[in-house]
Amino acid sequence: MADAAQKTKPKSSTGVSKSGAELLLDAFEEQGVEVIFGYPGGAVLPIYDALHQRDTIRHILMRHEQGALHAAEGYARSTGKVGVALVTSGPGATNAVTGLADALLDSIPIVCITGQVARAFIGTDAFQECDTTGITRSCTKHNYLVQSAAELSGVVHEAFHIARRGRPGPVLIDIPKDAQFEEAAYTSRENAKNRNCIVVPDVRSGDIDQAIDLMRYARRPVFYTGGGVINAGPDACAALRALARATGFPLTSTLMGLGAFPASDPQWLGMLGMHGSFEANNAMHDCDLMICVGARFDDRVTGRLDAFSPGSRKIHIDIDPSSVNKNVPVDLPIIGDAGAILSALNAEWSEREKKEKHDKSRIADWLSQVDGWRARASYSFENCDKRIKPQHAVQRLYELTRGKDVYVTTEVGQHQMWAAQHFHFDEPNRWMTSGGLGTMGYGLPAALGVQVAHPDALVIDIAGDASVQMTMQEMSAAVQHDLPIKIFILNNAYLGMVRQWQELLHGGRYSHSYSESLPDFVKLAEAYGGVGLRAETPAELDAKIEEMIAVKKPVLFDCVVTNEENVFPMIPSGAAHNEMLLGGKVTGDEISDEGRVLV
Amino acid sequence: MSTGQRQAAPSQSVYPVSPDQGAAAESIIAILVDNEPAVLSRVVGLFSARGYNIESLTVAETDVEKHTSRITVVTHGTTAKIDQIKAQLGRLVPVRRVIDVTAESDALERELALVKVSNEGDQRVESLRVADIFRARVIDTTGSSFVFEVTGAREKISAFIDLMKPLGLTEISRTGVLSIRRGAEND
Ligand SMILES: Cc1ncc(C[n+]2csc(CCOP(=O)(O)OP(=O)(O)O)c2C)c(N)n1
Ligand SMILES: [Mg+2]
Repeated sequence: MADAAQKTKPKSSTGVSKSGAELLLDAFEEQGVEVIFGYPGGAVLPIYDALHQRDTIRHILMRHEQGALHAAEGYARSTGKVGVALVTSGPGATNAVTGLADALLDSIPIVCITGQVARAFIGTDAFQECDTTGITRSCTKHNYLVQSAAELSGVVHEAFHIARRGRPGPVLIDIPKDAQFEEAAYTSRENAKNRNCIVVPDVRSGDIDQAIDLMRYARRPVFYTGGGVINAGPDACAALRALARATGFPLTSTLMGLGAFPASDPQWLGMLGMHGSFEANNAMHDCDLMICVGARFDDRVTGRLDAFSPGSRKIHIDIDPSSVNKNVPVDLPIIGDAGAILSALNAEWSEREKKEKHDKSRIADWLSQVDGWRARASYSFENCDKRIKPQHAVQRLYELTRGKDVYVTTEVGQHQMWAAQHFHFDEPNRWMTSGGLGTMGYGLPAALGVQVAHPDALVIDIAGDASVQMTMQEMSAAVQHDLPIKIFILNNAYLGMVRQWQELLHGGRYSHSYSESLPDFVKLAEAYGGVGLRAETPAELDAKIEEMIAVKKPVLFDCVVTNEENVFPMIPSGAAHNEMLLGGKVTGDEISDEGRVLV
Repeated sequence: MSTGQRQAAPSQSVYPVSPDQGAAAESIIAILVDNEPAVLSRVVGLFSARGYNIESLTVAETDVEKHTSRITVVTHGTTAKIDQIKAQLGRLVPVRRVIDVTAESDALERELALVKVSNEGDQRVESLRVADIFRARVIDTTGSSFVFEVTGAREKISAFIDLMKPLGLTEISRTGVLSIRRGAEND
């Protein structure tokens, strides 16, 4: 990013007047923007005209504005940079809403530009007018309706600042068409306003001392980490690894945090939460000290709140003060940057080690209890040699892509959970899934955004047959831009996760959860100019996966799997961490009446 | 979120298990914001989106040069809820400061109300006597009505209104609560 910013010094100096559209692109260049995911329309034509005249910024034409936002998210999450999207007014803006809401819930830094009707027409129900800032107010971190070209470049700089600063999130800038033509002077990044919504406090040594006291004293400690560690950057992930090694404490993570800690490490417990591992959830339930870093006690993670980890003291490290004590009251909140706090904890831990070694026997019983839970092998499943089990497919995909430069995105449903359980990550920024909003249709365009950032990497969307149809049209964008993404569809011919809930909660009445009239995915891939592959038996699976990896084109892989597999283990809604279902036959009365009303 | 009917395990934590435990009380929150388009809608939208209630709301620009407005909200909730409201407000970009007026001992609180009564004879005399006790001013009068202007803390205004009810009260208009710090220091 720094390199790009240096190479592309803004061509305008203050004082020279340029059109709003040019000022926007100048500001993008100064911010180091390399690529925009967009879709044109009447209200952004001046910006598209300006784009046409410079080759410093790449534009990826998507097939739907939702796809543009998800692609920007994939780009952002796999690089740690801000993702940029550009869409037109009215329907362009409303189509972008799902992506904005997704980025807000998963704390992804995005800047989204929308066109707006000319200032004089605002409020007149003009053609393709909508109240974009009104509609997106609650699904952005902040938004702007630009009043004049003069303020435009300053607003763009502040938008980038807000998107990446503190807890990251999407920022939208609505630019009236006449302001795109209007001429004004450029405001540099240095001179922009850059307000902070969340002031990141310095690390307080008192907090660190107290945390280390608790940690050295604990008998049943566990680290519970989340996407915040990944957002805090590679240094934070390194500091987390160092702290885990120094303490020897076991570690679990949310769906969003996978990769911050290596899955191959013996201290790794696997993911926690509704479909997390038996050892992770039991460790959370029985621990006496929970060290939460960059996670937010989401309902998928806590299960029944009043039975959530009843015997523990809780330390919560987070950059966002509103995340602390929101769902679960904690004993020691530490607000700030996860990287800085983890480093301070590391320093203090080694300082104390010099005076008196941490007594590892304190946690010996705990570690053997954890091993006992681990021995239950809660992700195991009964394999089949006639039909492909979805879990087996993910395992084979993982094994056959090991050692490669792999990035994985997912859609939403059972396949997403199987991917989280059976695909393992040793590095951050490799796993992109829609955790907070749970957006079907996220994975394909997100994979496209990842591939743009990492052209030579192997980018795989582990998809479901239903989800993939929500943004399938982006195959066309992948073909157009030579982005060889691999869409690996676990085709169970069901809206599987819905079917599973219907089985558990609604007496097995599969109301509208069957994927009727599925397209022939192989032919569909070919129709788009990509490559279609199909595997129907375990015997042919490996060879087909190898073939997929070898192809340097976008691939739709139709992996035909058993239809009525359930995701286990599972904490039913309204149940506690120690009330997990481990699989086998479920009868339907596992879920309490209170649990039934929860999603 | 489920609260569950089953018996919860005893907590080792020094804090209550559910954040919503504890008594709910009224709270005055003052929010200093950049006076820019849509700032009020951001604040109000946050309250409605997150299910917090607004009992009264006042807003006006207070510093023209610095483009600062002061929004004062009276809301209701447990301590944990009020803390959450303050933290959520703090995340809004144009919000410069959030002041928990109720929690500060040196806060002043005032509200202004216009109170209309329609009455005759003894009731007319009595309403004037009550107004005098409350230092309410008569700002309009006809042969059969008064409009009183009264200022004070909310309880005082509510007490005045209660006393006017049997004396022919017909209409009330209240500004909502304003607040400021006592002494030389500024917010
Ligand atoms: C946009 C959207 N609509 C509806 C849902 C609800 N939903 C969650 S999972 C799911 C089924 C997904 O089916 P599929 O993609 O085939 O995945 P599977 O569960 O079968 O692996 C649905 C409908 C959602 N998450 N997102
Ligand atoms: Mg399916």
